[in-house]
Amino acid sequence: MIDKFVASTAEAVAGIPDGATVLIGGFGGAGMPTDLIDALIEQGARELTVVNNNAGNHETGLAALIKAGRVRKVICSFPKASHSWVFDDLYRRGAIELECVPQGTIAERLRAAGAGLGGFYTPTAYGTELAAGKETREIDGRHYVFETPLHGDFALVQADRADRWGNLTYCMSARNFGPVMCMAAATTIVQVRQRVELGELPPEAIVTPGIFVHRVAVVPHPSFSS
Amino acid sequence: MNPEPALRPLTRQQIAQRVARDIPDGSYVNLGIGMPVLIAACLPAGREIVLHSENGILGMGPPPAPDAVNPNLINAGKLPVTLLPGGAFFHHADSFAMMRGGHLDICVMGGMQVSATGDLANWSLGRAGEPPAVGGAMDLAVGARKVYIMMEHNTKDGAPKIVARCTLPLTGAGVVSRVYTDLAVIDVTPAGLVVRDMIDGLTLETLQRRTGAPLRAA
Repeated sequence: MIDKFVASTAEAVAGIPDGATVLIGGFGGAGMPTDLIDALIEQGARELTVVNNNAGNHETGLAALIKAGRVRKVICSFPKASHSWVFDDLYRRGAIELECVPQGTIAERLRAAGAGLGGFYTPTAYGTELAAGKETREIDGRHYVFETPLHGDFALVQADRADRWGNLTYCMSARNFGPVMCMAAATTIVQVRQRVELGELPPEAIVTPGIFVHRVAVVPHPSFSS
Repeated sequence: MNPEPALRPLTRQQIAQRVARDIPDGSYVNLGIGMPVLIAACLPAGREIVLHSENGILGMGPPPAPDAVNPNLINAGKLPVTLLPGGAFFHHADSFAMMRGGHLDICVMGGMQVSATGDLANWSLGRAGEPPAVGGAMDLAVGARKVYIMMEHNTKDGAPKIVARCTLPLTGAGVVSRVYTDLAVIDVTPAGLVVRDMIDGLTLETLQRRTGAPLRAA
């Protein structure tokens, strides 16, 4: 019998080692798995490489993980925000690494990792400093930059509902990076608002099939990060 | 001495209205963060225009009433929005496939510099020590069928933002179709920059003096 539900967020994040690459879902606060991040802070893993669209805001969620000194490197598209002082301060002191990647390239690198591809050619960033040193190729008269897959050791994702097979639905624009991050990690950990019985989710409405999901924690009233 | 006493540059709101006028019925459009967001409220009644948001929304509607805010329904600027009937949610890889794949008819972005050949700089001032932050700008720049830039014609200290060659870090090379400024509407064409429209009282000569690359009349 398959049952991917775990008893707590602490159990969900057990075994994430120091130095792991952790894909963290969310776009700003929408979809950020704040309760799983809080459990990861409690769990104590250090020297993490984190992939997210941003670099945290205020002092909750990803910003709290960074503030706790657990993150060695952030891979994101947009670390600047009006309330991103935690990351900003560390960056200016040279205490955290940043790899700035165009947003669509992050998404597609994750998808490529999940889809077993060795990379892809994208027109994005051709001729810019973000493509400096990268392999390029002209295909049918257009210029492309070669990008490699972006694998995670773990993914932390927030979804809306799950059954025990790990089939997922999402809430509105909180879906964002969730589906591609679920595909791209060796171990995908999800927090959901609601547990439903197997067969209860309309098959056509399942966004992430359970094959991409390994552990699910139920958090009925998720914490929200801005 | 003021050499152009009669000139009344467009306000940001008026530039937004001017852009909105040119967006055809049935278009799929992405409005960038900042000034372009103003366009949404100016779209002419009677046209069905589908707004795309990079974080996975088609059919994005106006901001909600304060008591109807949902933190799971936000735009690219992370501000609360609504969904119109017919709207859809999708994940990030699909959202950026819509951009890169050439499915968006128009995107409108802000600009720091645009060159005579349509190079765009709008993501970085190139200052050492500042974290680079590109977001979705480079994907939009290469992907949308038409890239419209909406910006003031000159910087606060009077320097041209339309230039022979961008000096700021590029967002994309040869990507801009048209520039809407507080003074004029200018197309980027294979034959160079062509002035489509100017504010009342402005001459091509004066506009040329405020522009860092050669202009031609339409």
